[in-house]
Parts: sequence; structure tokens; C-alpha cells
Amino acid sequence: MPSPKRIGKLDFGLLSPKDVRKMSVCKVIWPDTYDDDGFPYSKGLMDPSLGVIDPGLRCKTCGQKSGDCPGHFGHIDLAKPVIHVGYTRLIRKLLRVSCRACGRLLLEPQEIEKFSALGDDPFSADVVSEKDIKKERVCPHCSEQQLKVNFEKPTTFMEAWTEDGRKTEHKLTPADIRARLERIPDDDLKILGIDATVARPEWTILTVLSVPPVTMRPSIILENGQRSEDDLTHKLVDIIRINQRFKENQDAGAPQLIIEDLWELLQYHVTTYMDNEVAGCPPARHRSGRPLKTLSQRLKGKDGRFRGSLSGKRVNFSARTVISPDPNLSVSELGIPLAIANEMSIPVRVTKENVEEIRSIVMVGPERPTLRDPCGANYAIRPDNRRLRLHGGSGLLDNREMVASMIEPGWTVDRQLRDGDIVLFNRQPSLHRMSIMSHRIKLMGDKTFRLNPAVCPPYNADFDGDEMNMHVPQTEEARAEASLLASVQENILSPRFGGPIIGGIHDHISGIFLLTHELRWFTKPEVLYLLRHADIEFLPKAGKVEDGISYWSNKQVFSMILPRGLNMVYRATSCTNCDECKKDLCERDAYVRIIDGDLISGTIDKKSVGAFEGAIMNRIIRTHGLKRARQYIDDMTKLSIRSIMFIGFSFGIDDEDLSRTEYGQIRDLLDEAEQDVEKRIRIYNNGQLEPMPGRTAEETLEMQIMQVLGKARDKTGDIAGSHLGLGNSAVVMAVSGARGSMLNLTQMAGCIGQQSVRGERIVRGYEGRTLPHFKKYDQGAGAHGFIRNSYKSGISPTEFFFHAIGGREGLVDTAVRTSQSGYLQRRLINALQDLKVAYDGTVRTTGGRIIQFKYGEDGTDPTKSAFGDPVDVKGIVESVLKEEI
Amino acid sequence: MGTRLNVLMHDMVPKHQIMDVEEVHTLLTDYNLIMEQLLKIYHDDPIVKAIDAVPGNVIRITRKSHTAGEAEAFRLVVRRPKK
Repeated sequence: MPSPKRIGKLDFGLLSPKDVRKMSVCKVIWPDTYDDDGFPYSKGLMDPSLGVIDPGLRCKTCGQKSGDCPGHFGHIDLAKPVIHVGYTRLIRKLLRVSCRACGRLLLEPQEIEKFSALGDDPFSADVVSEKDIKKERVCPHCSEQQLKVNFEKPTTFMEAWTEDGRKTEHKLTPADIRARLERIPDDDLKILGIDATVARPEWTILTVLSVPPVTMRPSIILENGQRSEDDLTHKLVDIIRINQRFKENQDAGAPQLIIEDLWELLQYHVTTYMDNEVAGCPPARHRSGRPLKTLSQRLKGKDGRFRGSLSGKRVNFSARTVISPDPNLSVSELGIPLAIANEMSIPVRVTKENVEEIRSIVMVGPERPTLRDPCGANYAIRPDNRRLRLHGGSGLLDNREMVASMIEPGWTVDRQLRDGDIVLFNRQPSLHRMSIMSHRIKLMGDKTFRLNPAVCPPYNADFDGDEMNMHVPQTEEARAEASLLASVQENILSPRFGGPIIGGIHDHISGIFLLTHELRWFTKPEVLYLLRHADIEFLPKAGKVEDGISYWSNKQVFSMILPRGLNMVYRATSCTNCDECKKDLCERDAYVRIIDGDLISGTIDKKSVGAFEGAIMNRIIRTHGLKRARQYIDDMTKLSIRSIMFIGFSFGIDDEDLSRTEYGQIRDLLDEAEQDVEKRIRIYNNGQLEPMPGRTAEETLEMQIMQVLGKARDKTGDIAGSHLGLGNSAVVMAVSGARGSMLNLTQMAGCIGQQSVRGERIVRGYEGRTLPHFKKYDQGAGAHGFIRNSYKSGISPTEFFFHAIGGREGLVDTAVRTSQSGYLQRRLINALQDLKVAYDGTVRTTGGRIIQFKYGEDGTDPTKSAFGDPVDVKGIVESVLKEEI
Repeated sequence: MGTRLNVLMHDMVPKHQIMDVEEVHTLLTDYNLIMEQLLKIYHDDPIVKAIDAVPGNVIRITRKSHTAGEAEAFRLVVRRPKK
């Protein structure tokens, strides 16, 4: 490989008329393309020397065939110079800083001297700006009175002055401007940051226009045999036509007025040829009314050359469809529909060893009838790289037998996908590396990708219609990298926080909570039902025997999927952080103790098995490795799904019911709170309210009201919570951390509470009130968005309105936040994308420049850290002592 | 007036030292670097002026670190390019 080269410097320059003529192979003078017989006009826009687009023909200039000939530039001699729209700002600046008579910079000679001296420093570019000069009214070199130069979009320049107290303006023609720019000396340009050897300013005024090769603007032939020209060709036709007319009029000595009109028309056409979206210029349109896509439009924007063609690439061997869950798959598996497996392929080299197997694959052909059939093949590739498409069925095209007999070592066969092939799976937006992971495929019926719900967190996927993409690696190296670096197993730990990002969600957590909470006993058939999917050879000794029947405890059942030698002591999500921990005797069973792979006490919930937290997964990875952790996740999700099915779990409208006493308590409580609010308003109205430090009396009142109502809402939650115990499914979900919180339950059963906009009670609406249902200046709870009803009891019209106001704010907030954080992340990634940790532990750019002398200053891989700390001292000590410290 | 802020006294300014030629040499060989690959600091940075470093000097910065307790960084003093 050639050694990489460093770029020393870049020059940005302009094309001079001389350059344009030098690279031109043809002077274009005819505004026509093809004659009636379909032959291109010589010296026309499709002149054969400009390159070939028709297959079979050879280029007149280079003699190559279409496809090999890159095309060649031509040129048009313009009757009069015109301004290049892309340089109007530069022209304006130069006209304003240079003298209209002698062309020198409007600076004192010694100032020019001073700036020139600085110019030797290669870093100092553009030292003189418009601001340094503007005030000068008389040229210091030739004492010429300077005039103001006005610019009007898109391409009009005017000189303005006052004569006899009247403001007068006169237009500068491109020829005038060109003459002025020509007078600016090279040395003066240098101070402005312009290198005159590559960019003389008068070259921004075009005297000759380059005509791009036909390969850049190919004409297409429609179905009816008609030719349709490219937008650029259309524009060039316009330019040449006007240019010819201009020349004829000029030669005939037409009046000045007509010449000026034609000049402006030529300027318009050249302007829109460069950029059809300039301000102050109506875009040139196609006959159908569609604006033409000219040079600048080809480059700009999302579908332009840069973002659309160069940065954005499309790939083969990829598939996309809707995703749906399948808890019976392993997290590292991916169910794919047969239609996709039949369409996609993997190239296999034929060798002496596999030739018979490949022959049988070829015999199956491109249509694999059912899931259970062996895979077929779509193409056979001969050693000379000729592709033979395989055809199945019983028709004339059926070539399976013939191809199979021809196959011998040295051929390659595009084999269809089959169970166990490795593929990359991706969900956009790909915000972190776990957004693309490799899975082993499993052929399945129907038309969706199937994945284990436990891998949803890293992809941030759900099943409300999400689609995902799959890619099939085509080489041995790609497959090796996919399985060693990108597999689900290797990505259980997230580099974001050094913990497992894959783990149980929703029902997995509810299920495992229901299974392991408190103590319960299962008979042998029940135990076997629960552990059906786990790879278990024998059951442990029964926990108790009653009346000759053996019983196993729920904790024993869970311990079956734990690896031996696991020691952990911690507190579960359901722990309420009591002042004094009762440990093993905890009435919530929240003190988890695992000794040598046996769950002694405690309930398994989100803290133990949930994605993002998963203490057990984390410990298994550290002590037993990623493979065992993957196995554990599979066993755990399957066990918990079986548990939740066995125990039963549902939620209905009557699960939000409370008893009459509770409703009475809630009503009294809210009445009391509202009276309290009224009381405080009275105190405020009497002017007796003592303002809090730094706040007005009004603000103090608002805060007090918010506080009183907030407390009241929380108390209704307590009342509801004390009535609904762990027999209630919503409570189980909230306590175990599966989904929802006690606040959600409070709002369903107790009281929805205060609605707010920007953290304050709702105040906007009519003058002095939020809605016409209330008295003016009513400060009370109900008039400013307090909802005393619950979702179950139903809310009143005014309450409903306030709820909609609060809900709207939430929606707007999330919409704004996602777009902002997305852009923030994009910028961060663009800044960091090429940095890497070198073998010596330093962080460097591609040029070897140092960013950090030690990665993260301590050289710790965050993936392998324990939630950010290099060593999990507490966890290790606890696992050795088997005691909490 | 007349009292200027001494950046060296500021609580949040870490320790800056000019390294001698030999130290710079070991630094460059240890990390297999050329001067241009070092981190840079402008000659008119207040701390550079305060310790009288000139372009071409390498400064050792010893600062507190959230992860490592104390971390060292090295910066080459360069002239600030114009505009």
C-alpha cells in the first residue's frame, strides 16, 4: 500500500478566460442539439467532441467508448461580459475598497506598507476588511473623489452621489466593473487575502462561459422515442440563443436601449444557469412550470451531491420489515420470514470438500418451499466471474440440473440464508453502537422480524409498528467481525454507564417478582412447568416434604437458573430505605441474599434483572463471562414469562376501585385542602400574608397553594395505596419497577391533582380568570387547574380543559427536546468520530495528534467499569464476606 | 486600581510548569511524538504569560481529575494565528 501523504497546502482560485479556452475542445455556437435525423449538430450543444452518451459510439476527442470517456468541456464566447452570481459579495467588497480611477486600495501608502509586512505570515489571511476603509472619500493615491457603490440583488451594481442636493444613481455595467477590477494591482490584492496568481478579481466577470460535457447532462429517450434534454442543456440553449441575438444586434448597430435589455437578459440566463434559487430573481422554469435544477441545485441540500451522493450510500444484501416479539427466541437470535431468507444470499466457494453439498443446494433452486427444507441458491458464479441465474419450477427455464452438473471446485454459489447464519440488525436512529448488533437467524413463518423483547432496550424498539433493517455480511472477515465484536452477547454491557443494557422488561420483571416474592411452594409438575425451557438436568433436594409430597420453594426454582458460586447481598427496588434495616426479616422481602448461587431471601425485581440496572447480570458477566450471562438472560426471561402465565396477571377497571370509607376519606381530605387554600387567599386579600424571603406576597401565596394541593394529592395516593396491596396488579408493577409508579396509581384511583404550565398553576385565558365558568379574580383551587377527580371517577368539563393544557405542554416539551438533543449528539459525534485509543493508551487523531495522554485520564474502559468506577470494591468484598457492608 | 488579577492564585487554575529540554525529549520519545502532535496553548494565554513561557516551550499541567485523582497534560506554546 502507498504510504499516506500529508496535504501541505491548498490553493483556491478562479478559472481565467484563458483556462476556460485551454480546456475547451469545442466552441459552441448553435443553440440546437439534434437534427431531425437524430444526429448532433456540429458546434451545437451535443457536439460529438464533448463526449459520448450513446452506447456503441466513440468519442471524437479521446476515441473511447461511452462509459470510459469522461467527457470534455466546450465554451461559449459571450457577446458582452456578465457577472458570476457566486462572486457578487466579493465584487461588492472590491468595488468599495478600491479607487474608481486608479484601482489602488483606499488606504494611506504607509498603511498598505504595514499590512503588507504582516502578509508574510502564512497564517494571516484577509487582514484588511471593508470596515478598515469605508470612510475614505478621496483616493490617497490619485486624489479622485470616491462614490458610494450600491448593490442590488441579484447582480446590479450602482454608483450613487449627491448633486445639487439631489441623490443621483447610475448603473455600472459588467464591462465597467471588469475594467475597474482589472486596475487593482496584485500587491494590493494580497493584503485582502487574494492571491492574484490564481485568482485575478476580473475573472469573476465572465467573458467566456464553460460548457460542461454531455456526460454531465445526458439526454434521455422517452418511451415514445422522443428525446428529453437535461435541465442544464435547456439553460445552455437559452444562453446561446440570447447570446447570438445579442451579437447580431450589436453588429447591426442597434440602439443602446435594446442592447441594454439584451445584456440584462443574458445576465439573467447566466445567473439562473449557475443558481436557480438566488434571492431577487424569478427562477427559470420548465415548460411544465417546474423550476429548473441548475448547477447549484445539483450540489445543495439533502439530496445534493455532497449529502445525497457522497456521504449517503445505499447497500445491497439488506432487508427491512416490521418487528414483533417472540419470547421463545434467545436474545442472540432473530426470526426472519422465509421470503427474505429466499431472496438474500451468502457466497460460498466450491471446494473438493463441499462440492456435493453445494450441488444439492443448487438442485433446490431459488424457491425453497417451506421453512424446514434445506436452503437453495440464487446464482452460480463461474470461475471467469460469469453469473448464472438459477431457475426452478418445471418450466423451460429450469436449469438446476444442468448447473449442478457443471459445478466443480473454483465456482462460487450464492447460497440462500439458513438457520444459524449471522446477520447485522439495526434500528434507526443509530445513536450508540448497540443500535447495530449481530444475531443468528432462525427461519420463521409470516412476514415480520421476530426478536426477544429483552433486546428492545439497546435498540430502543417497541412493537407499535417499528421497522428494522437487516444486513447480511458477505465475506468471511465480515462474519468474523460481526460475531466477535457486534454480537448481542458482546454488547450486554453498555459503554455508556458500565452496566448491562440488556435485561428483563415489563412482564419479565412482574413475572420474576411474582415468582420470587415471599415464600411459596410448588409441586414437581409445577416446578417442571416453570423450568421447561431452562437447560436443567436434575432438581435439587426438595425444600419440604408434606404427606409424602415433595415441595420446592419459589426461591429454589429461581436459584436453578443461577450459576453456582454466585454470592451477592443487596437491596431490591421494592426496598423503602427504612431507618433500620431488618435484613432477612424485612416485611417487604426486599433484602436480597444470594449465597453460592442460592437465593436465600429477598425478591428478584428490576434492580436484579432489569435492563440498565441488572445487578445479577452484571455480577455474572464479571465472574462467569458474557456467554453465561446471555444464557442467564435467556433462562430468566423464559422463567419469568412462564411464572407470570402460571400465576396469572391482569388489570381491569375495577382494580382501581376503593371502598366507601376510602372515598369518604379522600373527599374530606380534598375538601379540607380546598378550604385551606381559601383560608390562605383570605389572609392574602387582607394583606396579612407574610412574604417569604426574596418573594412577593403573590408568589408566596401561589407557592403555598401549590404545596397544600400537592400534599393533598399525595395523601389521597397514600389512602389508595394502603387499600390496594400487592394483590393489585398496578401495585405489583409499580413496586417491582416493571412499569408505572405509585403516582400513576394515585391519579387513577385517588386524585389527578394540579395541572401546571411551566411549573405554575394555570393562569392564562380571559381577563382575571381562566374560563367563563369561574368568577373574575377567583384564586381558588378549581379555577386554576386543580383536578380533584381521578381518572376512574371521571373529570368535569373544566377539569378536562385544564388537563388538556397540561398534557399539551408535555407533548411540546418532548418534541423540542428530541430535536435539540439529536442535533447536539450529531455535532458531538462529528467532532469525535475519528479519534481512537492508540496501543500506548493515548487518545489520538488520525494524524497522530494527541487529544488525551491517557484515555479518560485513568485509562479505564467504561464498558468494563462498574457503573463508572474502575473497580467494584463493594461488590467484591460483599461477595467474599457474603455480608452487606 | 493597579492590582492585576494573578491567575496563578486562582483556585481553579491548575499547576503549570515549563519543562526543560531534557524532559521534553523524554516526553517525545516516550510517546513517540513530534512537536506538532502535542496539544497546544496560545502564547497570549493568561497562564502562559504568567509563567513567562515563550513559543516553543512545553508546559506540564498537573490538574485534578474526576477519574484519576491527578492527571498530567502537556501543551506546546504556539503563537496565536492572526484572525
